[in-house]
Amino acid sequence: MVSVKALLGRPWIWSFLGAVLVWLATIVFTGGYGAGGMVTAALSLAVFTVIVGVGQMFVITLGPGNVDLSLPANIGLASAVAMKVMDGNDSMIAVGLLAALATGAAIGVVNYLLIWALRIPPIIATLSASFIIQSIDISYGRGLQIKPPPGFADFANSQVLGIPVLAVLTVLFTIGAAIALQRMIYGRSVLAIGQNIRAAWLAGVNVGRIRFLTYTLSGALGGIDGALLAGYFRGANVDIGNEYLLASIAVVVIGGTSVAGGKANVPGVWGAALFLVLLLTMLNTFGVSAGVRLLLTGLIIVGVITAAGGQKALR
Amino acid sequence: MTAASVDTGLKASSERGALARARLLRGLLPALSLALVLIAIAWLNPRAISYFGFSLMLNLAIPIALATIAQMFVIAGNELDLSIGTFVGFVGCVTATWLKDAPLIGVAILLGSIGVYALLGALIHLRNLPSIVVTLGMSFVWQGLAILVLPKPGGKAPDWLLAIMAFKPPLVPFPIIAALLIGLVVHFGLMRTSYGVILRGSGGNPAALGRAGWSLLKTKIVLFALAGLFGVLSGMALIGITTSADANIGNGYTLLAIAGVILGGGEFVGGRVSPIGAVLGALTLALAASPLLTFMHIPPDWQVAANGTILIIVLAARVLISRRER
Repeated sequence: MVSVKALLGRPWIWSFLGAVLVWLATIVFTGGYGAGGMVTAALSLAVFTVIVGVGQMFVITLGPGNVDLSLPANIGLASAVAMKVMDGNDSMIAVGLLAALATGAAIGVVNYLLIWALRIPPIIATLSASFIIQSIDISYGRGLQIKPPPGFADFANSQVLGIPVLAVLTVLFTIGAAIALQRMIYGRSVLAIGQNIRAAWLAGVNVGRIRFLTYTLSGALGGIDGALLAGYFRGANVDIGNEYLLASIAVVVIGGTSVAGGKANVPGVWGAALFLVLLLTMLNTFGVSAGVRLLLTGLIIVGVITAAGGQKALR
Repeated sequence: MTAASVDTGLKASSERGALARARLLRGLLPALSLALVLIAIAWLNPRAISYFGFSLMLNLAIPIALATIAQMFVIAGNELDLSIGTFVGFVGCVTATWLKDAPLIGVAILLGSIGVYALLGALIHLRNLPSIVVTLGMSFVWQGLAILVLPKPGGKAPDWLLAIMAFKPPLVPFPIIAALLIGLVVHFGLMRTSYGVILRGSGGNPAALGRAGWSLLKTKIVLFALAGLFGVLSGMALIGITTSADANIGNGYTLLAIAGVILGGGEFVGGRVSPIGAVLGALTLALAASPLLTFMHIPPDWQVAANGTILIIVLAARVLISRRER
């Protein structure tokens, strides 16, 4: 009983419970048909939300007001850059991925420069930056043949025993992120800054450098996500990242990370991403209209966050 | 009296003077940025500075200003509303359908939606929830409802609403009068009444306010209900101008409203907001968004980027001034 209570006390458990519940509800509806396929599909789609979600999680953990709104534009531009560099050529895949990573990281650097040098609140800084990135993407991506090389598209869609390869790689990546967060100086510094930026500074944390690294990391993850998305969906376009603005914030918070900062949770990002994807699958399976689907998605998000309850503010 | 004490007294007063000047400059910044945009427009196209030119350029300024005021109430309580855009869209759809065909039901729906906003305020306070997530969820809800009310773009604005929005007063264009009126009414309510002080205090120092015996639950409910009210007004004004609705019509307003509040001198925490500044910020955004860029012959591809750049420049200027204040 005590262990169940301890388990329920974990902030991430709710998102996984939600995901399982939604999955069960869908299976009951279909009479068990397509249960496995659904998990496969959910895993492959959740990957993209998890990657940006982890970047967003580190940023949000820096404390109140920290958020990266430039991710959708970042994903769009990086996907175009990656596809242009690869140019349909299998031998250029690694170079293209690096180019996407560099584009994303550069966007992160610009974000932090705006925040640091001009002292603009992160919400507005990343928002303004995203406007500019969007324009670059529109004028850069025009008239380009933006299809991934066949080898890259196959890789992004490949599965082993019904488990998407990308999902396996992303699980490894998230384990690394969890270790970085809980066991490494970088992650502990991020948490310390989120809990009390002044105390962290007095304790000798290089606040500026950690914040710089975090925004750059978030940008780089957005960039790599853009390249992978373009591979998975076999093509890049300007709007490819649009849904990841809300999704990246939603998975972080539903996953049990505190919006007030200083408290982060990596497993929860996976749980919440699976939950959101399965929720969408369920509503599609039920055959509801677009309006009802949006309505229920919203109500369920509000319901979940209400049930999980807010954390008491740290201060 | 020794010379030294006179000297320190003088020094203190001159410091106070510098501080007051910096504060004044900071308060004037929203007006200055608006003036800057206006001067740029006048320089690029003198004919735009006319009764007709302003009516045209500020066409959408009223709904943007109202949505910005709605966001400002939420920000005054240290929260953020990411659903105001889709809410404006939902109100627009109801206005173009129910409010025209069955006014009583339409009014009931709109009043009910303000009630939902009040309930959200209560929920956020009672369960100590992050408003960003709750309103993020609500943005889906409003969008879904908007699509259910109006699956395809269309509908028609009620005639009385069209008549109001087409009002042409002598000398000064209607959008300017309306913006002035909105700014002054909210300024009086929030900055000059005693309960307005309590509302801002709930963002400035909630703990102190709670100890002094004021209900924080009530202040949060009032702030959110006011946001809902101005969201409804914004959606109705928007439909009065566009004459028909679309479920996605308000989507851009969420970020526009946040930017307007910040341009107008508001801050995300601490209950520091300015209604008149917010209206000026909204006007600046409305003007900078397209008329200015069209006159500057900026190609459509780069108009969004120009918007972002303007935002960055104005905020950077504000930081330079604020730094002197300290």
